[in-house]
Amino acid sequence: MLKLSKYVLYDIVRSKVVLAYTAFLFLVSFSLFNMEENSSKAILSLLNIILIVVPLISMIFTTIHYYNSYEFIELMLSQPMSRRIILLSEYGGVTLSLLSSFLIGVGIPVLLYSPDSVGFSLLFTGICLTFVFTSLAFLTSVKARDKARGIGFSLLIWFYFALIYDGLILLILFNFNDYPLEKATLVLSALNPIDLGRISIMLKMDVSALMGYTGALYKDFFGSGSGILFTVGIMLLWIILPLWWALRVFKKKDL
Amino acid sequence: MIRIEHINKKFKKLLALKDINAQFEKGQVISLIGPNGSGKTTLIKSILGMVKPDSGKIFFNDEPINGDPSYRSLIGYMPQIGRYPDNMKVGQLFKMLRNIRNVAADRMDEELIEKFALKQIFDKPMRTLSGGTRQKVSAALAFLFNPDVLILDEPTAGLDPLSSEILKEKILKEKSKNKLILITSHILSDLDELTTHIMYLQEGKMEFFKEIEQLREESGELKLGKAIARIMKGEKFNSGWIDKMFVLKDSSREIKNEDHA
Repeated sequence: MLKLSKYVLYDIVRSKVVLAYTAFLFLVSFSLFNMEENSSKAILSLLNIILIVVPLISMIFTTIHYYNSYEFIELMLSQPMSRRIILLSEYGGVTLSLLSSFLIGVGIPVLLYSPDSVGFSLLFTGICLTFVFTSLAFLTSVKARDKARGIGFSLLIWFYFALIYDGLILLILFNFNDYPLEKATLVLSALNPIDLGRISIMLKMDVSALMGYTGALYKDFFGSGSGILFTVGIMLLWIILPLWWALRVFKKKDL
Repeated sequence: MIRIEHINKKFKKLLALKDINAQFEKGQVISLIGPNGSGKTTLIKSILGMVKPDSGKIFFNDEPINGDPSYRSLIGYMPQIGRYPDNMKVGQLFKMLRNIRNVAADRMDEELIEKFALKQIFDKPMRTLSGGTRQKVSAALAFLFNPDVLILDEPTAGLDPLSSEILKEKILKEKSKNKLILITSHILSDLDELTTHIMYLQEGKMEFFKEIEQLREESGELKLGKAIARIMKGEKFNSGWIDKMFVLKDSSREIKNEDHA
């Protein structure tokens, strides 16, 4: 499996998209830390950018990479390689390259300017989101027949999690504001990895005081040990379930 | 070596394979023939595990092929259209497959690499290669690991006459080593010298699977193409495509003769 991942990685590095992604993250992080006096303010701005950009790039890049390496996958299938290993090596290669981009582009500036618990939870969120959205992208690419559909679905999924979902939650909160919704919003947040990441970082910051009663409840829950376990567990589920589903589909697929 | 039992495969509404049964043994050269879309490539891909049949089983050395991919280390496959990673250089491709297959260097068969002079293009990226050169790369890869079974999907299509002759000689040589070779081709004259068995597919159905001697006896024809045409006519199969092919061939021959004159 490592052997194959090596070739996947080699192919990705040559395409230069990953280099551009690294440079972009690095520039944004550095300029934000330099522009803002207060490093926690910079982290907050950085958080908003990461929550949008990391899922988007992970989804689109993975989908395009999958369709571009279709030939490679086909070639490997005629070799003594199991389908599971082929797909997992692809996954390994893609996540490894995206993660190293993220860790160089965001990790280094954060370690230099804000090496505290907020900074580390920002990195943790970024790493989780990379894994989660790469898994989701693999699922869509394996399911969709052609490249255009695959990219379309990927964009739709990103759009849903990054924008539509929050709108839906607002709608629910607005319509049912006569009821106690604190527990319900807790569950709803777990259904969106981006929200989960946002909450777990916000609560480490002072801004959570602005969130009123809900914020207090969140802080009570996510601040505790079981809350951290909950976050990690849900993130893991978001990583493993789509990948497992993708593997199942891929094993039965005609190529 | 390979046993196929009641294979069925549907693509959406299209019936690609319909209850195929066959057994292939060492030393045989089996020609899969039939019109376009008759299921030849689907059958080959099913044997390779790239297409999953809806029902039925395929056995390789009496082991059902389901899950464990190790049987493929005994197969050399030359696809109809060789598709390779665009950015990879020819040399890297060979290196990578060697790395993956892990076959000892002295068991490797580099004859085709030498005869097709592929070493000279080792530093060219795959995307710059012409269709014929790609085909040569595919052929060299299929034979490289000295496999017991060779599966060749239209091996001579797109090759120039010289290269196609080299490839045919190579196939004959491997045949004499008691290997199992599966070939699909529309160029029946190519198969004439190679084949021991004919399997004829039409619309996903296996119309017959016969030894070539038997076929010749039954039809009274020595040439494979004519023998098949005769058999099909006798059994009232739709042999239109073969007739057409002969008309085309004859007319092209006439044109050539006129040129010579």
